[in-house]
Amino acid sequence: MFGKLTLDALKHGPIESGVSYSVGIVAIIVITLLFYFKGWEGLWKGWITTLDPKRIGRMYLIVSLLMLFKGVVDAGMIRAQLAFSVGESHGYLESNHFQQIFTAHGTSMIFFVGMGVVFGLLNIIVPLQIGARDVAFPFLNSLSFWLFSVGAILVNLSLMVGNFSGAGWLPYPPLSELQYSPDVGIDYWIWSVQIAGIGSLLSGVNFFVTILKMRAPGMTLMRMPLFTWSALNAMVLVIFAFPILTVALALLSLDRTLGMHFFTTDGGGNPMLFVNLIWAWGHPEVYILILPFFGVFSEVVSTFSEKRLFGYTSMVWALAAITFLSFLVWLHHFFTMGAGANVNAFFGVMTMLIAVPTGVKVFNWLFTMYGGRIHFKTPMLWFLAFIFIFGTGGMTGVLMAIPPADYQVHNSLFLIAHFHSMVIGGVLFGFFAAYSYWFPKVFGFTLNEKIGRYAFWCWFMGFILAIMPLYVLGMMGATRRLDHYDASTGWQPLYIVAAVGIIFIVLGVILQNIQLLASIAERRRNRDYTGDPWNGRTLEWATSSPPKFYNFAFVPEVHGRDAFWSMKQAEKAGGEHEHHYEAIHMPKRSGMGFYIGMWVFLLGFGLIWHIWWLVALTFLGMLIFTIIRLSDDEPEQLIPASKIKRIDLTKRHVHNGHS
Amino acid sequence: MKHKIYTEHLGTFKSYIIGFILSLLLTFSAYFLVTEKWLHSQTTALILAALALTQALIQLVFFLHLGQERTPYWNLQTFLFMLGVLFIIVLGTLWIMHNLDYQMM
Amino acid sequence: MGTASHAGTGQETYERTVFGFWVYLMTDCILFATLFATYVVLQNNLNGGPSGKELFHLPFALSETLILLVSSFTSGLAVMAAQNLKKVPTLTWLGATFLLGLAFIILEVTEFTHLVQEGNSWQRSAFLSSFFTLVGTHGAHITSGLLWILVMLFQIAFRGINIASLRRVACLGLFWHFLDVIWIFIFTIVYLMGAL
Repeated sequence: MFGKLTLDALKHGPIESGVSYSVGIVAIIVITLLFYFKGWEGLWKGWITTLDPKRIGRMYLIVSLLMLFKGVVDAGMIRAQLAFSVGESHGYLESNHFQQIFTAHGTSMIFFVGMGVVFGLLNIIVPLQIGARDVAFPFLNSLSFWLFSVGAILVNLSLMVGNFSGAGWLPYPPLSELQYSPDVGIDYWIWSVQIAGIGSLLSGVNFFVTILKMRAPGMTLMRMPLFTWSALNAMVLVIFAFPILTVALALLSLDRTLGMHFFTTDGGGNPMLFVNLIWAWGHPEVYILILPFFGVFSEVVSTFSEKRLFGYTSMVWALAAITFLSFLVWLHHFFTMGAGANVNAFFGVMTMLIAVPTGVKVFNWLFTMYGGRIHFKTPMLWFLAFIFIFGTGGMTGVLMAIPPADYQVHNSLFLIAHFHSMVIGGVLFGFFAAYSYWFPKVFGFTLNEKIGRYAFWCWFMGFILAIMPLYVLGMMGATRRLDHYDASTGWQPLYIVAAVGIIFIVLGVILQNIQLLASIAERRRNRDYTGDPWNGRTLEWATSSPPKFYNFAFVPEVHGRDAFWSMKQAEKAGGEHEHHYEAIHMPKRSGMGFYIGMWVFLLGFGLIWHIWWLVALTFLGMLIFTIIRLSDDEPEQLIPASKIKRIDLTKRHVHNGHS
Repeated sequence: MKHKIYTEHLGTFKSYIIGFILSLLLTFSAYFLVTEKWLHSQTTALILAALALTQALIQLVFFLHLGQERTPYWNLQTFLFMLGVLFIIVLGTLWIMHNLDYQMM
Repeated sequence: MGTASHAGTGQETYERTVFGFWVYLMTDCILFATLFATYVVLQNNLNGGPSGKELFHLPFALSETLILLVSSFTSGLAVMAAQNLKKVPTLTWLGATFLLGLAFIILEVTEFTHLVQEGNSWQRSAFLSSFFTLVGTHGAHITSGLLWILVMLFQIAFRGINIASLRRVACLGLFWHFLDVIWIFIFTIVYLMGAL
């Protein structure tokens, strides 16, 4: 009746039980508060059913930040284990649990933090930067968000019902096949990632079409801001790489559920095929994560150097080169799997090549700073830390691109240190730069600079302490995913340093939370009335802070790069002209994204636990609701000109209420 | 409907007929090539591949109207890029898996 | 070049949606390419079981191919009729496409059932796993297309051809043609080359 689901699935160790109860308590508190403040209607109308990308973006960021919290806790648990699990002591975690923790850590960080912050930022900023009022497919956008959330919910559900995968963030067969992982952990992983992955693919199509087809008049491709260019390239990667992930996951689930033999050790299966396919997706994936943040840094560096970006054209070509090359390097993730020298050599050379356009970008950022009037606000601090960390981490990447060198350090902590340098130094610090840069635009007031600086230094010091020792440990022979080691290795002191690093990072996180609370408390003092707190150069700064729901009352006309900068110069010269307000079409709210998402959640749950009647029922429900939504002929509403005029002339947006 | 929508690739009846007849010819050629065993299997395989690619091109042009859009030809550009990625992934996978098979089996 | 970015004019929504659907079809091409690559890698892993040469009936596959080809032709005529705002021809050609597509699926299900009944299911070998998955995924796409045609038949029958249904039929046409292009490669690589 319930497939593999029994009451046993609810039995857990003390740590998981503790977490489950805490989550339950928080949920009850939130629900109670919603009832108390009568917030359900606002939540439903303003957030759950919204098709406004500025709001959808914020929801992505909230989910991502919750998953970041979970990921950092996982990291803390790993470091705490390894600081003490030496010789006689085996730490406080059982091996089984430890494996689930590092698996959950990687899975949460890549899929639910990385992809979440990318799509969150794209949603909030891209339409504004191109002078558009929405994305190309607003409903699809909402659906993508809900599919993403369903993936996150399933990962978290595994903590309470059943267990998660212990096979690493990419579950290689044969370990991930039924024979060696008979429980539901791998299935939780497969379906949460598969569902979120479909959401990402749909968003890839959405933003690709948005950027190509919805730019303001006069904004040719070579006049687009670099952030938008980086988003376009990232979406190209999403469009052509994610289908590979869809297939790889589907084939693994077919092996596990229908007894197929794609990657099994018997029946003619080939486990190495999984490794090949998953990394053919996996390498473009890491570029999907980083490219938007290259774009962020281009905006930040030019704004805070009061200088236009150096080498715009070469920056665009560098992005294109990286995008193209990222499809040609994937084997470097499995140099040691057994391919011959010529195969390894080809991919090694291609991997080294991809460092070249990246280097072009780094130099162009530095040349932008040279001769500029530099303001060392927090976004710039994050940028400078990025240069150091991503630069050194990138160099270790080039080192590992040489197959014989890689044979020494593959799957050691050297590898772990490399990619954490890239992801933390690049993606996360890039996100923190974006956060402090665009916060005033989204919320209408600036963040507290001083606390932001303290948080930055804690993160930076914490990172150095947590990750740099791992390079040394890797060289000393420490492998990844280890939960215990001999005292004779001499590794413990370095593991302890790494654990101290995490403490600093946690301090940084706490300070960022304090910064947010303090900034909210001081918001009246730090209100952004101009919409342009940093003297920015691109169109998002041409709107109020926060922007009105329709973004632009009058579609901007673009005459060059740094469109807003030119607009400001022209204003100084000539002054404003009269505008006639026109009626605007905007999409109506819709709960269908949420409803279809909920059907998909139950479908995923049914597939994981083999509850076949639930699978059939929810599949049908999802299908019917999709058909209903796609048959809707009137998804838009016309906002009359008088209303636009009234809203537009409001001096200050006190809160984000709108229809 | 108040006004006609300018639909970019308005296929003509002629284009569909041409595409259909050519596809029919290519399908039968491929079929009889195999059943009648006119050539060696290796040559046959190459010719089959060529026939398939040709028919795909025919259908892309005559049914899907590839290349008949206005500038900047976004459909064609995305298609060509997809083709590039497709060849990299397929040929790359075949090369890698074949090489692994040779080295390890 | 950018267009005015407010949502709403039928022309812009039509172009954006049809282009977006084309981009989705490009992703589907990569999906099928991955399945094809998997098939080619695993096609000789027979696990002591039968190969394609022993299992496939070429005349059967030819019938499926011809049926699908004709249906691709009729779907093109359906799109043309819709663009000329002719309701009855649109419904007729969509109906013909549906019947042909249904025949295709019935033939394919027959083939699959036969294989399973003889013990040659997807569990038999890696080769058969990849065969059923590649051809089955195509069949699942065709089935979705059949459902889509039914929905369009209802919509057009009751609401006539408006901007929305024209847009949807255009996408459906792209989808159906694309599935026939994929089938060319299945017919060639799986059936014809399998018989060599």
